[in-house]
Amino acid sequence: MNKWFGDLHVLQDINLSIKQGEVVVVIGPSGSGKSTLCRAINRLETINDGHISLDGQPLPEEGKQLAQLRAEVGMVFQSFNLFAHKTILENVTLGPIRVRKQKKEDAERRAKELLDRVGVGQQANKYPAQLSGGQQQRVAIARALAMDPKVMLFDEPTSALDPEMIKEVLDVMVDLAERGMTMVVVTHEMGFARTAANRVVFMAEGQIVEENTPEEFFTNPQSDRAKDFLGKILKH
Amino acid sequence: MDDVFSNFDLVLKAFALTIELLVVSALTSLVLGTLLAAFRVGPISVLAKAGTLYVNLVRNTPLLMIFIFVFIAMPELELNIENFFVKGCLALTVYTSAFVCEAIRSGINSVSLGQAEASRAVGFTFVQSMRHVILPQALRAVVPPLASVLIALAKNTSVAAAFGLLEATARMRYFTNNNADARPEIFITFAIGYIIIVEVLSAGAIGLERRWKVAR
Repeated sequence: MNKWFGDLHVLQDINLSIKQGEVVVVIGPSGSGKSTLCRAINRLETINDGHISLDGQPLPEEGKQLAQLRAEVGMVFQSFNLFAHKTILENVTLGPIRVRKQKKEDAERRAKELLDRVGVGQQANKYPAQLSGGQQQRVAIARALAMDPKVMLFDEPTSALDPEMIKEVLDVMVDLAERGMTMVVVTHEMGFARTAANRVVFMAEGQIVEENTPEEFFTNPQSDRAKDFLGKILKH
Repeated sequence: MDDVFSNFDLVLKAFALTIELLVVSALTSLVLGTLLAAFRVGPISVLAKAGTLYVNLVRNTPLLMIFIFVFIAMPELELNIENFFVKGCLALTVYTSAFVCEAIRSGINSVSLGQAEASRAVGFTFVQSMRHVILPQALRAVVPPLASVLIALAKNTSVAAAFGLLEATARMRYFTNNNADARPEIFITFAIGYIIIVEVLSAGAIGLERRWKVAR
């Protein structure tokens, strides 16, 4: 697929397929198009040509069908984006109740399980602004999981966090990967890429430059661009 | 002034009509204004353009002209409504909803884009996202400007005095005509009535602001 922002060709002939249960980590320098790619997968960004399919079904263009498809794709944002006027529990139950038409009690029971699983069960009745960044991001993961998504997209989930909060979020993500969730993760966390990824996709200037297992990619990068990038970030 | 106090039930009745005009027009304006704001920010371009046209047309027309249109021009066009109260509310609603729309639209624009993206990512349609995520937050943000719009509406009900509705201002004129010696006192009496109505509105707005402050 291809995408332009005006004259800027931000995604160039991207061809990527992801198997069920696979954890794909997308890395690359700023402005390489990795976030745009991630957001295009559930059409938060439109693409100009090409196609995206989920579970064999092409992505609908607009309207109700697109909303239904998005319900199948969990998304975690860099800036958390929890619903500011809702409590933590309501954040997690809103989708299941309104989109999945679950009963309130069922949705709440499941939400509490998920909040316990990500370690913020105690905070259920607070508002997002009362939680730390790391806690908010874990709630965001629980909110996405409550929809029982087929795939989870993570758009730089730890980039807005203090260093000590990064680990608590990554732990939740590693746990998710181990449970067999299909995941696309845009990140700068090379440690996470090494431990949890099945495949590393390296992007630069709107293209997929290199794809490999984390082991191969980090020890033996093929392209000059990847060597240069790794040289810069692994030195310190 | 004796005339006013011995006929105080007439004063109260007139203010009751003022309040009825205010409450009914406020509710219909809030509904129509919110709908117009949703049109203006929504994905359907025909509705967005219609909303913009409506606001530009109505907001740039004096309220008195809208009253004249509803009471005098509409019957000529065979769009007559018999009930004067309904006509008054219609004119006030047409006018006020344009201002409500713009106040709410500014609130919608103040809600961060991430909130809309997150609600879309959860699988909400545009209408669901508006109803459950964007508008509740937008309304919390626009309590002060919305209160100003409703206060203006409370005072604008007085235009109805010129169109056969015996609300507070019309009743004041009745008393001042009959009691030329006590005009300032009568004026002050009725002004206090308006001040009380506006103060109640302001207090309500402050209360809402305080209650919603926690959740933002």
